[in-house]
Amino acid sequence: MNKIEHRWLELRHFDELAAQDSLIHQLHPGVKVVTTLLFIVMVASFSKYELVGLFPMFIYPAFLIGLGNIPVAILLKRVLLTLPFVLFIGIFNPFLDQATYAYIGSFAVSGGLISFISILLRFTLSVSATLLLVATTSMDAIGLALSKLRVPRIIVIQILFMYRYIYVLIEEVMKTIRAHSLRAPYRNGVGFKVWGSLVGLLLLRTLDRAQRIYQAMMCRGFDGQVRIMRSWKIRTGDIAFLVVWTVFFVLVRLVNIPHWLGRMLLGGFS
Amino acid sequence: MSHHIIELKDVEYVYPDQTAALNGISCRILHGEAVALVGANGAGKSTLLSHLAGIFVPSKGTIRVGDYPVNKQTLPHVRRSVGMVFQNADDQLFMPTVFDDVAFGPLNLGLPPEEVEKRVMEALEIVGAASLIHRPPYKLSGGQKRAVSIATVLSMLPDVLIMDEPSAGLDPLARRKLINLLKSFKHTRIIATHDLDLALDVCERTIVLAEGKILADGPTVQIFNDESLLAKSSLEKPLRMQGFPT
Repeated sequence: MNKIEHRWLELRHFDELAAQDSLIHQLHPGVKVVTTLLFIVMVASFSKYELVGLFPMFIYPAFLIGLGNIPVAILLKRVLLTLPFVLFIGIFNPFLDQATYAYIGSFAVSGGLISFISILLRFTLSVSATLLLVATTSMDAIGLALSKLRVPRIIVIQILFMYRYIYVLIEEVMKTIRAHSLRAPYRNGVGFKVWGSLVGLLLLRTLDRAQRIYQAMMCRGFDGQVRIMRSWKIRTGDIAFLVVWTVFFVLVRLVNIPHWLGRMLLGGFS
Repeated sequence: MSHHIIELKDVEYVYPDQTAALNGISCRILHGEAVALVGANGAGKSTLLSHLAGIFVPSKGTIRVGDYPVNKQTLPHVRRSVGMVFQNADDQLFMPTVFDDVAFGPLNLGLPPEEVEKRVMEALEIVGAASLIHRPPYKLSGGQKRAVSIATVLSMLPDVLIMDEPSAGLDPLARRKLINLLKSFKHTRIIATHDLDLALDVCERTIVLAEGKILADGPTVQIFNDESLLAKSSLEKPLRMQGFPT
């Protein structure tokens, strides 16, 4: 099995996680979307040099992992996959911002290094929250939630179709690469000369396939409106989830809890 | 229901790349009839089916399905009464679970949730796939996928069933089950296939296509006994007729 096929199966695995029936999965999708958004906004709003104050925020993803029955290893792998993008955003901070921010023992820590680590922390938090949303809510439920939140229909449909057609594209890529590797056994990967025609072919085949799926949808009365069966009613549990986490996020944002805990514990000595 | 006649008059179709696919097709299919559409690869079978489902619009000629001529305005009606099962089940199944997939059509018809649920259950029971209801479609076997894709169409309660190569890629048992299922239906059935034994089992009437034209149209047994006709259209006598002339 080649690498792409492996990744592909992992991606599909994510879809299956979303089909579970845990406490978190049963929550109203709209509530989950709003809470996730709120979480990301709060995480992003911390000051540039914040490190310690961010740590309590990890309670939220931990809570979802625990109650949502999500395997941590799979989640971490996905988070790492997006890491390169963030590394490039923050990698120059330690060089650009060399003013000493604090001392650890006699070692001077620059502000740039702190902000770099802070960016990494925020990234881990927001990406894992988003992944957890996807792993605990099916894509069509997210679509439904977004349209209930008055996101324009065209955007919601774009998201749903993109998600559906990513699968189509990857399947075609997989087949093409497999056919290539069977007939080029001594080559490691696809040479650049072959790439051109391969990608062209792939585009045509994917377009064809997408066309057929679209026709199948039209034949069953698709008219641009996404209808799904489950209609969620907001229950007390959903409201409680939203309120408790909102209060928690605001609290963590306003009060530096680790700092405060430390002071309380060490208060007698300083 | 009794007026669900399908009528094609001089239907011609030219693909945008100027390939002529259909060349003056005329025929009439009555309510409840099971018709096999046979012919060589590229004879125009799939193109013809696409016309009946309103996916393609003829370049010339007219098609009527039931009370409606097939055109842009009547498409919703036509699609309501014609259910098309695609050649590749993976094209037909696009929702995250079997339930969602079978419910897709009825929901688009605007039915209330209880009715949708009832129809989904009924359709899945008919094809014998009720136990798969919460499975993701891409994880099913070929035979299961075929069964579910038939259910996705049945749940819309169509009057006409159109199928493109329904037995392709199925193991012998799944194929036999499919044949029995197709035989049990009361719908008007139009089945494009290379599986002539299936045609012999399910369809009393056969239309032979070659190069976009109707070469022959008549009782299945009669057509499959006409060896010169079969040879001309790249076909072969069904296996079970080869030893025992009927």
